[in-house]
Amino acid sequence: MNATGLRFFTFAAPSRFYTLAGWLVPVFWAVAIGFTLAGLYIGFFIAPTDATQGDSYRIIFIHVPTAWMSMLLYLVMAFWAVIGWAFNARMASILARAIAPTGAMFTFLALWTGALWGKPTWGTWWVWDARLTSELILLFLYLGYIALAEAIDDPKRADQASALLAAVGVINVPIIYYSVVWWNTLHQGATISLTAAPKMASTMLTAMLLMTVACWAYAFAVVFSRARAMAVERDRHAAWVHTLAVRTGQGGAA
Amino acid sequence: MNWGSAAEFFAMGGYGLYVWGSYAVALLLMVAEPLLVVRRRRRALRDARLAEVFVTDDAN
Repeated sequence: MNATGLRFFTFAAPSRFYTLAGWLVPVFWAVAIGFTLAGLYIGFFIAPTDATQGDSYRIIFIHVPTAWMSMLLYLVMAFWAVIGWAFNARMASILARAIAPTGAMFTFLALWTGALWGKPTWGTWWVWDARLTSELILLFLYLGYIALAEAIDDPKRADQASALLAAVGVINVPIIYYSVVWWNTLHQGATISLTAAPKMASTMLTAMLLMTVACWAYAFAVVFSRARAMAVERDRHAAWVHTLAVRTGQGGAA
Repeated sequence: MNWGSAAEFFAMGGYGLYVWGSYAVALLLMVAEPLLVVRRRRRALRDARLAEVFVTDDAN
């Protein structure tokens, strides 16, 4: 790290990122837990039973936030992967690879909760319609990205090869998002639109948005924790890790 | 309040399997993932400590 560099890049150094993220992770956990409790309380005890779907609709409070996060995290992952590749910024590449498992987890949850919602409302766990299929492809993109990165031993080459895959896969995200507009799908249209009034009761909307913030904070907490672990793994022989390892070995805080 | 009793709450109007099946798996994964990450960081720090021992031994 160039000492005369702009302060903006200060946290691009893994050692500094490690310290900063260490402070932020507990904050994100507090937000995640607080918003989850509030969201579930409103979602299950305040929001009324849906007139047509009964109580099965309550899956929405976990389905929509996880589906949103699955798409958002892919874009963020691809962004940092490309930044890391283009500017040879190690921490950006670490961040991209730290996002992938959490993104895959959210994608799986979106598919899983969708199947459990589809069965009582559509009468089937799965259909090969545009929205479901493109979301399944998103899961394969995450898994492919992880597999490719893990298969290459040299970290720098692994970062570059997987960044290319991540960048190409970005095309799938707008396809998922607009699939319900472009094709005639069994899946319903967008739940929330920036240009139209919400089509759902305000308590339902509130619960869904609270759960979205919770999932967002969860993603930050887990991704930052994983990025810290990866920074230690990669800088195993660096002075800052040595200092840290000795300190934690003596029972100090990590 | 939507529910007259705990049994009614767990039944979810007949959709209990689907609703709780969704939330249970979400909870399971969102508890397991952070635990795995904590373990990964502990292991990374321990490996770094061990690597340091070898380096010191080589120097002697």
